[in-house]
Amino acid sequence: MTATVTTPVARRLPRKKTVVPWLFLAPGLLLALVFKFWPMAKGIWLSFFDVRPFLGDQWIGLDNYTRVLTDHRFQDAIGHTLVLGLGQSLGAILLGFVLALLLEGQARSLKIIRTAVFLPAVTATAVVGELWRLMYYPTSDGLLNSGLHLLGLGPVQFLDNPNLALYSTMAMGIWIWAPYNMVIILAGLAGVDRSLYEAAAMDGVSLWQRLRYVTLPAIRPALGIVLTLAAIRGLRVFTEVYVLTGGGPAGSTEVWMTRAYTLGFTRNDIGGASAASVVLLCVTLLLTVTVNYFRKRGDAR
Amino acid sequence: MSAPVIDPVRPAAPDTPAGRRPRAKRTTPARFDTALGWSDKPGLAWTFRILLCAIALGIFAAPFLTILSGAFTANASGSSLSFLPHDSTLLNFKVAGERGIWDYFTNSLVIAGGGLLLQLVVCTLAAYALARHRFRGQALILTLFMLTMMLPEEVIAIPLSLVLGDVPVVHLDLKGTVWGVILPLGAWGFSVMMLTEFMRDIPDEIEEAARLDGVGELRMLAQIVLPLCKPALGVAGVLGFIMIWDQYLLPLIAAKDPTDYTVTVALSVLRTDPEVGSGVVLAGAVIALIPSLIVYLLLQRSLVTGIAAGATKG
Repeated sequence: MTATVTTPVARRLPRKKTVVPWLFLAPGLLLALVFKFWPMAKGIWLSFFDVRPFLGDQWIGLDNYTRVLTDHRFQDAIGHTLVLGLGQSLGAILLGFVLALLLEGQARSLKIIRTAVFLPAVTATAVVGELWRLMYYPTSDGLLNSGLHLLGLGPVQFLDNPNLALYSTMAMGIWIWAPYNMVIILAGLAGVDRSLYEAAAMDGVSLWQRLRYVTLPAIRPALGIVLTLAAIRGLRVFTEVYVLTGGGPAGSTEVWMTRAYTLGFTRNDIGGASAASVVLLCVTLLLTVTVNYFRKRGDAR
Repeated sequence: MSAPVIDPVRPAAPDTPAGRRPRAKRTTPARFDTALGWSDKPGLAWTFRILLCAIALGIFAAPFLTILSGAFTANASGSSLSFLPHDSTLLNFKVAGERGIWDYFTNSLVIAGGGLLLQLVVCTLAAYALARHRFRGQALILTLFMLTMMLPEEVIAIPLSLVLGDVPVVHLDLKGTVWGVILPLGAWGFSVMMLTEFMRDIPDEIEEAARLDGVGELRMLAQIVLPLCKPALGVAGVLGFIMIWDQYLLPLIAAKDPTDYTVTVALSVLRTDPEVGSGVVLAGAVIALIPSLIVYLLLQRSLVTGIAAGATKG
């Protein structure tokens, strides 16, 4: 580098333009390559093999994929992932929108409430999991159950009832993500031209019409971002389920990633787990591209 | 929660000078300030709003009081939780300490500190190259960093655990060391993208003037560019910390045995320990909660000043 500084301008420019930026990029590219792209490539590669430690890997073509996709526990997991992902995303967007409408404003008290309400989004998922596990305590003096008890409802087995556990997990997911969505939607609301509200009032439109025809179109880009992020997040949901139910009871909350994790780390089926991860990766990529395509088209219109 | 908060800066926007202006001037009635047209005068709608705010606080913030009260309650169990501790005690923290919670906490702090430092340095360097230089393949590199955001730990967990056990070329075993968690967190696409966009907005004139004074690349970054992007660094710092503190799968697969766990992962160790009760788990949860709470509350304020500085600069 010292050489480049002292050489004449004519020679300095082209060299500077090629070498220097790469030096600055090197650490980031190296880390991304070793810990992101190499594992991805390795995962794709391994998904075509029967991985046998010490015996050597054996090429088995698409066998891992057919095995994973025909496995009934994975098929159940697809259903759970979709229900959980969709319910959690839509619930969190709806509740986030309601929160944003409620807490929009510049008063200091509102700012403090917003800060408090945003807490679930900055808390580590593992902590949230422990918290909800205790709130869901199954006896009638558990936190939520004692509330239900006052209403005359019996103790609910939130996490032990296979018909309910998935929805209990969903409720926790909504609780985590609604404040997060609130923040993004609030940013959208802040960008709405106030004179539009005034004009709407002059025209005598109802509150509902104002919301529907003035606010919603203005925050559509914000909603698009929220929706894309939520969809991707929903598909790869792992920690929430892992810390709250671990996939149980009776596999009723098993999602795609917890299943792949069990396969890879508990059952040591690296090939099958890799195939499951590759399937998820493809679906995630496909979904992102599709959503972006429709968003671009929507923007163009 | 590893997905990035797309725009953490905006929520504070109402407090910036620009946001406050309409209130100071009061040219429009308050009911045009919000989408729902909330009135700021006491009345039926006002009371209703306070009621709804109380419900929102009860749902989203009150559960945190349960963690606190349970952690300070002797013999706390899931069936005796309330929002205020009865017979407060530090016993739960003592038992949690005996189970090694402070060792886990130290692991977490080392990983969070080292990981954040590495992440900020690596992402700043990359962003500087992407924002202040033009070179062949720039678009491709930008796309690559964007792709890392599409590759969350969950999706590459299985091959990543193999890579951590035997890093390609150098054949190092990072499992059981803090590096196994720190290094994979270094290149965070979100930070790179955000810092790049921020650095692009620095006027070329400033850079050209510095170049004429013979300022080299490293000094340019350290003394000219970095001071100008303090607000963005604040955002990258607070989000990076929260993202690292939230890591679960990565410390789990990078650990060789449970003593390598971070405090968040260790909560499940406490929970499955038959000899300790819920109170001890909650004490652990409080310990795991406090750093992210401090960082969030402190840097929330610095975000606001950062945006204010940004507003006067541009």
